[in-house]
Amino acid sequence: MSTQWQPVIGLEIHAQLATHSKLFSGAPTAYGAEPNTQAAAVDIALPGTLPVPNRAALEKAIAFGLSVDATIARDSVFARKNYFYPDLPKGYQISQYERPIVAEGRLAVRLDDGRTLDVRIERAHIEEDAGKSLHDAFHAATGIDLNRAGTPLLEIVSAPVLHSAQEAVAYMRTVHTLVRWLGICDGNMQEGSFRCDANVSVRPAGVEKLGTRTEIKNVNSFRFVEKAIEYEIERQIRALENGETIVQETRLYDPAHHRTRPMRSKESADDYRYFPDPDLPPLAVDEALIARVRDGLPELPQQRQARYVAALGLPEADAAQLCADRATADYFEAVLAAAPGEAKVCANWVLGELAAALNDAAVPIERSNVSAAALAGLLVRVREGAISGKTAKEVFAAMWAGEGDADSVIAARGLRQISDSGALAATIDAVLAEFPKQTADYRAGNEKLLQFFVGQAMKRTRGQANPQQLNALLVEKLAG
Amino acid sequence: MSAATPPVSIARLAADLAARRVSAAELAQDALAAARAQTSLNAFVTLDDAGATAAAQAADVSLARGAAPALTGIPCAHKDIFCTDGVRTTCASRMLEQFVPPYDASVVERLKAGGAVAIGKTNLDEFAMGSSNENSAFGAVCNPWDPTRVPGGSSGGSAAAVAAGIVPFATGTDTGGSIRQPAAFCGITGLKPTYGRVSRWGMIAFASSLDCGGVLARSAEDCAHVLGAIAGHDARDATSVDRAAEDYVGALQQPLAGLRIGIAREYFGAGIDDAVAHGVRAALAELEKRGAKLVEVSLPNAHLAIPAYYVIAPAEASSNLARYDGVRYGHRCANPTSLEDLYTRSRAEGFGAEVKRRILVGTYALSAGYYDAYYLRAQRVRRLIANDFTAAFDTCDLIAGPTTPSVAFALGEKSGDPLAMYAADVNTVAVNLAGLPAISLPAGFDRGLPFGLQLIAPAFAEARLLTAGHALQQATDFHTRRPDADSHGSRRPGVPA
Amino acid sequence: MSIDHTTVRHIARLARLAVADDAVAPLARELERVLALADQLTTADLSGIAPMAHPHAQPLAWREDRVTEPDRADAFLALAPDARGGLYLVPKVIE
Repeated sequence: MSTQWQPVIGLEIHAQLATHSKLFSGAPTAYGAEPNTQAAAVDIALPGTLPVPNRAALEKAIAFGLSVDATIARDSVFARKNYFYPDLPKGYQISQYERPIVAEGRLAVRLDDGRTLDVRIERAHIEEDAGKSLHDAFHAATGIDLNRAGTPLLEIVSAPVLHSAQEAVAYMRTVHTLVRWLGICDGNMQEGSFRCDANVSVRPAGVEKLGTRTEIKNVNSFRFVEKAIEYEIERQIRALENGETIVQETRLYDPAHHRTRPMRSKESADDYRYFPDPDLPPLAVDEALIARVRDGLPELPQQRQARYVAALGLPEADAAQLCADRATADYFEAVLAAAPGEAKVCANWVLGELAAALNDAAVPIERSNVSAAALAGLLVRVREGAISGKTAKEVFAAMWAGEGDADSVIAARGLRQISDSGALAATIDAVLAEFPKQTADYRAGNEKLLQFFVGQAMKRTRGQANPQQLNALLVEKLAG
Repeated sequence: MSAATPPVSIARLAADLAARRVSAAELAQDALAAARAQTSLNAFVTLDDAGATAAAQAADVSLARGAAPALTGIPCAHKDIFCTDGVRTTCASRMLEQFVPPYDASVVERLKAGGAVAIGKTNLDEFAMGSSNENSAFGAVCNPWDPTRVPGGSSGGSAAAVAAGIVPFATGTDTGGSIRQPAAFCGITGLKPTYGRVSRWGMIAFASSLDCGGVLARSAEDCAHVLGAIAGHDARDATSVDRAAEDYVGALQQPLAGLRIGIAREYFGAGIDDAVAHGVRAALAELEKRGAKLVEVSLPNAHLAIPAYYVIAPAEASSNLARYDGVRYGHRCANPTSLEDLYTRSRAEGFGAEVKRRILVGTYALSAGYYDAYYLRAQRVRRLIANDFTAAFDTCDLIAGPTTPSVAFALGEKSGDPLAMYAADVNTVAVNLAGLPAISLPAGFDRGLPFGLQLIAPAFAEARLLTAGHALQQATDFHTRRPDADSHGSRRPGVPA
Repeated sequence: MSIDHTTVRHIARLARLAVADDAVAPLARELERVLALADQLTTADLSGIAPMAHPHAQPLAWREDRVTEPDRADAFLALAPDARGGLYLVPKVIE
């Protein structure tokens, strides 16, 4: 069979909104508490309890919507999604169905190959999270912890416009960066605050009609999302080429065996019987609120990235990397502010030495051993010529290890570059005197020998000669 | 106070308490004793001696200090659908037979703060679904006027408790008439406030957009006292209106002159008993004598209220009752073999037939393919009905009609025929669909059994209802009659006080 | 509106209500009768009439984002038919 297949992928991302209390109750949302100690009467659906929505959740949803140029619904509605599951205490989830708070937005996604994808976001809506089922807590029983029940989620639904696992992951990363950048979600996938369901189907290339899709649920890392989607695409293509049909079903990714498998418990497709929640009047959003949220928005990653390219002259790739994370971009700008001049140099250091050190120590930039001010101090010394670029790396390592700021390290280790022309001249004279034959050869035309003299001078000064000055002076003296 | 003593108003009781002619402790003990003397009524699910005694003691201390709130020391009862902290709350269902809430409903809190002394929880139709109080898992309630007859529902226990003189007032809920209809059948006054006037926090949900907490008492005046305590905004209920309660007691003395009362012709339709229609018109004539103007109005879509109600209410109920799954509280079946078994068996065992019926109807009405034709359509008819009221209130200030088509029917007469039972709600359900306030006032007797006049007001015009109700009760004495304490089993008309 | 037995079973399944085999037919009849009531709704002229989900047009009131609920795990878990180790237990669910 030589059919060309086009994968079609849509992602549903559930971002836990970083509020202090739950969406419909005043219980805390902090991660890691003892089971059921953060479940209020409303969260466990005691008879007679009622939901009252959290203002901060609405504001965060609107912030997201504004950041993706979406329409903010002036009157959206909370709806009940009815189904039975032990981690869903009311027997329904309060979500949004026909009138979500955010509709029709778009997000520019930069792919690894440099292309930019304009991804259409169909909608984003607010809903409450369910609790957790612990299947291994007891023999023959499943234990339910309702701490998570009622935590606010923003469900972000992309249009099915992604056509490879790589595009899907790039989109997912872009959304991840954005929600963290806005401060609306901490993006911690290990803790489940950022989860992704992928809808995957394939169709013959050139055909409009979408194939049957499967839904891969709750994948909690970028790597697994990529692998799961890749596997699923393969699986579907193989099946279709074998003449089989794709069953519309929900599947889970099994990382141990690198494959997806159907979820066993799901019965026939649930009829959720959505209807507007009678306990909650419509969410009226006025212009004043939208304006307030808009005013509170930070410069968005895409805007900052563009600024770095246009105003600072950084290459796209560097700008994108710096803007992958707000803390990194802020750090970079702090360094630049304290060491004005070459943006590229700052970028190189942040993305190079600093990134490597952070990676090795497995520490986020917010907990960097070297502050932006300290790094700026180092870069100033380099620019002045007090130390060479090469020496700077040694100094940085020492700073990271806690030996003090740049000046202290340079002084303590005697690393100051020799830039004094008198001292350099003396060194050069000594070198030329030591190697008369090479001097003559150079003067006779063998200009490649310059590096030899540079090397010798560096040896004499234990690497501390200012290379530019040394070079210039050497050329001058050799010229006679 | 013995059972044969004529009923005393809340104001009078309060005066007696203030003057130390009687103590709160005595009143509480008398009420508990009266409840125990009339267990054949089956009006109570739970009597709370310890709670009542403690509350009465606190009330007496408060009274001795002076400046106690108006209801201090007044005995009352709560419909067993209001959560009472530490006191069993069953909704008259096996599902919650052992459920002890860890918190108080707003209505309960407010009455406690007002000093009232709750003596126990009254019987009801299971989860408020019913019009006869025959759907209780703990047995039917009898009408104190004639124990072979129903007291009405779903607040049948509360109505019986007040009518039998056990307590001066009791709380109730009204989703389709469940305060007004039993008030009418039991010859007492029942007030359903505007939707959102009284907080639903802790009021176990049947149909969220229709449920209203309210009061059953001897008179409009008594209702005014209680409404003043329970009305008000509650941040824990997002449908609670942010609007201060009014001076309802003050409103009682407002003059009636010029008040236009709209006689809705649809409420005097073919199904209404002649005696009831006649009696209600006579009561309206009394109001006219006192200055009210009677005008004709029409509610053209009134006949659609029952169909709309019996789609919307079950639909909301089917969702509200999904939480009863045997996991976190309530009844759980023995030895569940799987999650599905746990759910299906616990719920089948826990819920009675009418509740199950409504859950199934409601699930159907919301299900894929039927949502538009049933639920959505019913919500649109609902707006038609609400618009009818708005239009009618252009030409009148109150709308009047008989509360029910007849006096109380016999136990067992309609329980085998749900539709016949539903039809009895014909004059009451539209009010809930529109979210309006309404009151049922004793308006006469037919063959020794009471019937009621219903007045409906625009939203938040409870004061107007109370003004008119009080005026009627100055002109008539139906509300003062009590079923003869010794005559349970006889059909003699009640003896006036 | 005629309700067949499959529909009754399907609706009962959605509602998680066990229905004995001999109860299916009577239930179907009962549901038909109630739904026949609902069919009267088709007689209404609903042009231009929007659904009414709430009796009063009132704006949704929001809550400030503050923790206000204390830990009442003990009191709440005590209400459960089967709770152990701080968890609500149900028969094992396989995903």
